[in-house]
Amino acid sequence: MGERIVKLPDVGEGVAEAELVEWGVAVGDMVREDAVLASVMTDKATVEIPSPADGKVVWLAGEIGEKLAVGSPLVRIEVAGEGDAPEAEVEEGDSKTAAAEPGAPEKPGPSRRPSGPPQDEVFPPQEQIRSRPRAEEAAPAAVSKREAGPARRTGGRPLASPAVRQRARDAGIDLRQVQGSGPAGRIGHGDLDAFLEAGPEAAVAPGLRPDHSVREVKIVGLRRRIAERMAVAKSRILHITYVEEVDVTALEELRDRLNASRGDRGPKLTVLPFLMRAMVRAIGEQPMVNAHFDDEAGIVHQYGGVHVGVATQTPRGLVVPVVRHAEARDLWGCAAEIARLAEAARAGTASGEELAGSTITITSLGALGGLVTTPIINRPEVAIVGVNKIQVRPMWDGHAFQPRKMMNLSSGFDHRVVDGWDAAVFVQRVKALLETPAMIFV
Amino acid sequence: MKDIICTVLVIGAGPGGYVAAIRAGQRGLDTVLVEAAKPGGTCLNVGCIPSKALIHAADEFHRIGQIAAGRRTPGIGVAAPTFDLAAHRDWRGGVVNRLTNGVAGLLKRAGVKTVEGRARFRDGKTVAVETGLGTQTVRAEHVIIATGSEPVALPSLPFGGRVVSSTEALALDDLPGRLVVVGAGYIGLEIGTAYAKLGAEVTVVEAADRILPAYDAELTAPVAARLRALGVAVHLGAKARGMAGGEAGGEALLVETADGTELRLPADRVLVAAGRRPRTEGWGREELVLDMDGPFVAIDDRCRTSMRGVYAVGDVTGEPMLAHRAMAQGEMVAELIAGTKRAWDKVAVPAICFTDPEIVTAGLSPDAARAAGIEIRTGLFPFQANGRAMTMEAEEGFVRVVARADDHVVLGISAVGSGVSELSASFALALEMGCRLEDVAATIHAHPTLGEAIPEAALKALGHPLHV
Repeated sequence: MGERIVKLPDVGEGVAEAELVEWGVAVGDMVREDAVLASVMTDKATVEIPSPADGKVVWLAGEIGEKLAVGSPLVRIEVAGEGDAPEAEVEEGDSKTAAAEPGAPEKPGPSRRPSGPPQDEVFPPQEQIRSRPRAEEAAPAAVSKREAGPARRTGGRPLASPAVRQRARDAGIDLRQVQGSGPAGRIGHGDLDAFLEAGPEAAVAPGLRPDHSVREVKIVGLRRRIAERMAVAKSRILHITYVEEVDVTALEELRDRLNASRGDRGPKLTVLPFLMRAMVRAIGEQPMVNAHFDDEAGIVHQYGGVHVGVATQTPRGLVVPVVRHAEARDLWGCAAEIARLAEAARAGTASGEELAGSTITITSLGALGGLVTTPIINRPEVAIVGVNKIQVRPMWDGHAFQPRKMMNLSSGFDHRVVDGWDAAVFVQRVKALLETPAMIFV
Repeated sequence: MKDIICTVLVIGAGPGGYVAAIRAGQRGLDTVLVEAAKPGGTCLNVGCIPSKALIHAADEFHRIGQIAAGRRTPGIGVAAPTFDLAAHRDWRGGVVNRLTNGVAGLLKRAGVKTVEGRARFRDGKTVAVETGLGTQTVRAEHVIIATGSEPVALPSLPFGGRVVSSTEALALDDLPGRLVVVGAGYIGLEIGTAYAKLGAEVTVVEAADRILPAYDAELTAPVAARLRALGVAVHLGAKARGMAGGEAGGEALLVETADGTELRLPADRVLVAAGRRPRTEGWGREELVLDMDGPFVAIDDRCRTSMRGVYAVGDVTGEPMLAHRAMAQGEMVAELIAGTKRAWDKVAVPAICFTDPEIVTAGLSPDAARAAGIEIRTGLFPFQANGRAMTMEAEEGFVRVVARADDHVVLGISAVGSGVSELSASFALALEMGCRLEDVAATIHAHPTLGEAIPEAALKALGHPLHV
């Protein structure tokens, strides 16, 4: 007979101790291999500790509710055959060197099987044997280890020199996130460089850990203005969103040809100038969407001039530079003005006049445009046209599916002054013009 | 008096306070330091420095006496030494003065304004200092409390008359014929051993069941043996009950021994060395809202107290009450106030006991590591196998390393032996750098030195020592 010591296995990265929540066995019990000896709880999960062997429980580590350190003895089991080797503590004269391979994952509990045939006759009748099958799902990855790199000690502080620790602190890096390449997982300056270069996303995620950090971001300046204006717009305006898909295959072909013909002269055409010209045409037939609604006075000002705001993302936040009198600009004129304004807005040099006074707005996230958006109207305007991304979709032409370049328009209208019908007519007109782009220029 | 307005106000010019002030001044912060006594605190004036000077003199005297008696260093013949306590105290005072003047000079060079007097908080930003010229008000953005600690008195043995604390024990006018030391911690044993070597009849009374209860028995055994060899009587498990009349008009200390009998220990002086307690009274702590941690001012890992803008460093903040911990804290706090990101992330605060032989500990002892549930391997290398120790007639003691069994990261290094205090430097460095046994073993240590025992101990833990 030998004795096996079952130690509390590593129950998850960063956990140094676990709370004993349930004993599955009592001293004197006979247990089968894989029977649940105990359940321990970390702040992440409850983990069941299986028995590594058949045998008799001769000692338990403590009471329910006690905290046990990872690696400390949990249960002692008397087993047939030889048990564990004596403790690997090297005292004087002992020349055992079991150099721990860095990176060798610890197995939960001892993995050696007791030699010699299991002596079944020492077991009492089956029903007295506590042998709950281990619930696999109860141990979510807690006993599986990550493979890469040397295994970091659980619970221990990261191994690093004072200089490395200070550098990490200056850079705001939690060293527990950094993979150390040195012996015993020691983190050197090189590891820190690699981590900084890779960025925080590349942080080793050894198991999942809750993040309780809170970063306070003061909402000031432009951000606060945006927040206030958005809140007012959303609360005052009764939005209606109308989504329609537009076949832009022909438009894209035209755009490519025009860009190719221009070579390097002037700005490249995007979809926006075409959309702008189409909107000018559509507004001629649906003037109510090119307006300001003064809801205090109860007056809608319909404008003859089409001043198109183009929502633009800048480092400081969202601004809306305005292409004034789009009705008086041709395609290239619109394109040049859009390019100029966008540049000025991003550089922060756009004047107040260039950032105000729009009568209708276009919002486009380009490649990030998504399928559908619910744009918020730029108050006091009454309409906004949102451009979603262009993607090739199979379209039925009556005989077969054709690959067509499709783009959705998600347009918002102020339902207080624009009826759904008018909104729909406006968008359908824009769609028709874009699908047959020659119409824009006729 | 006109109020002083400053950025940083430091209360107490001990190692924690003066280092904080120097660094704050160096970082360009407008800094004021308040201290009632000379700069340097307990450490320079009545602690580490004078005690080490006394121990050094006692060691020399004892060594020469041993040589004169033919018991040491064959080949040398000298007359029996004499000891002039007054001359010794002059020299010792000179050492202390040079150091305190040095500190004063450093403070001045760093642009720190020093106010001499007792500080008392009015609120978290305002302190009134009782100076020789009246009350001086100081207002500061940041206040660092560095009030230190003082010897603990026993209720049965109030200080006064023959009963002295370590402060008076280091300032005696004449050598005591019979000295009784109450408390076998490092202070009692350091001073007791020194006076024993200078010829006093020394008796040690300790309530615990062994000397130096803060250290493990393996480390303290050589010290216990040495005390016996020096003729120092040690009563363990014994309680001091108070003073009583002794024979011939003298006085004696009443002691209740472990088996309940009563002893009368005749004493010219009784040194009560029952530990130190933080100085948390007398500076207006009650005017502040400071959370406490037992008797200490509670701090976080940046030495911040529970009050915004109020920091505390050194002995007033807790164990270990050691000057080098205070200095490291003081430096850290000054850097924090100057805007550097810092936190207390030290792996080890080494501790030294200047007994005979000396004891050094850094990091975890084997017992502490086991208690923490860590599987360890240890390696112990005795100085008997070290050539340099033999040539210095100092073969007692050893170096002992403790490392984690699985990845060999060194968790603690300790040593006992003659002159091992200087080894503490590499102990602390090894721990702070996160060395493994292999790192320590692979570092060439010069021959012949006591330090060679360090890699040997690491090799021993790895299972393949060379010289044992």
